Amino acid sequence: MSWWAILGLAVAAYALKAAGLVGVGARAVEGPALRLATLLPAALLPALVVVNTLAADRRLVVDARAAGLAVAVVLAWRRAPFVLIVGLAAATTALVRAAG
Amino acid sequence: MAHDSSGGGGAAAHEFGGDRVAEGAGRASGPPGEPLDDPLDPGARRAIWVLGAAIGVFGVSFGVLATTAGLTVAQACAMSLLVFTGASQFAAVGVIAAGGSLGSAFGSALLLAARNAAYGVAMAPTMAGRSLGRRLLAAQIVIDESTAIATAQPGRVAREHAFWATGLAVFVCWNAGTALGAVAGDAIGDPEALGLDAAFPAGFVALVMPHLRSRRGRVAAAGGALVALVLVPLAPAGVPIVAAALAVVPAVLFTPSPSATGPPDGGGGAA
Repeated sequence: MSWWAILGLAVAAYALKAAGLVGVGARAVEGPALRLATLLPAALLPALVVVNTLAADRRLVVDARAAGLAVAVVLAWRRAPFVLIVGLAAATTALVRAAG
Repeated sequence: MAHDSSGGGGAAAHEFGGDRVAEGAGRASGPPGEPLDDPLDPGARRAIWVLGAAIGVFGVSFGVLATTAGLTVAQACAMSLLVFTGASQFAAVGVIAAGGSLGSAFGSALLLAARNAAYGVAMAPTMAGRSLGRRLLAAQIVIDESTAIATAQPGRVAREHAFWATGLAVFVCWNAGTALGAVAGDAIGDPEALGLDAAFPAGFVALVMPHLRSRRGRVAAAGGALVALVLVPLAPAGVPIVAAALAVVPAVLFTPSPSATGPPDGGGGAA
């Protein structure tokens, strides 16, 4: 990967962040639009989880990552501390992978 | 998690307070909204640094992966400093490592980064009235973690504090982790053998929990997951995540306002 590629990616990534925060005036984000916007993390985080645990390229798969996900969901539901959720999910995946 | 430190009563406060402040911010719509609400409490600040430390571990795995994919240590560090959006960085480097073209590395990285534009819109009312320079600086830390924790806070002041605290904690830890992973990659070994690829999504599971306290949040979360599951086999990488943003529409249209029907606590659990 060249330096130009990294700089290009940096400029594009920053432009996307700034477009939302600076480009769109706060006045444009009122009432219903604001309610929609503040729900975005609720919709996007589960999608990121699905893509990172249940997908391999363009296939849905159940592998060692799914075991880690199951542990994370149970622990998060029981309101376990963040570090425990992340640590035990990683350990579970590592163990299942080593065993498989 | 950051918000649990406020105790059991916090759940209801988030739900009812959240909507009240949302409407207040809408009405005020002008220069710095009156600080009607409380700042972020110290317990939440500590929790945010714990989160940052965990993100540092992801940073280590990014550093290892990046140098394995052929980036120099300086390039890996520059990427985390300048690009600073984890999922996109992993996607770009992953495509390169798999022998993909630069074009497809860019494509999937930028599709993933597109959600930050939506997060920026979500944070815009909180930052309204701040100077342009401050908002341009804030833009660099508009990411999953800062937006997720900020939007889970009950009031505008706490949102702003949570946004900066989380963004800075993640920025510092992510970059320190990247540097460590890039320099000491050989000593650390294969991140997948340590299960670190599961740690990243597990962190997102934890981050989404405060949003599941409201029925709207649960509908949006279930919808987002469903959209991603359906689209993974059908669409190129990145598209399932961008499309998941549409799940907020049914969540708002078909779910009564939280102040009318919100459950008294999060007992209903993970939708």
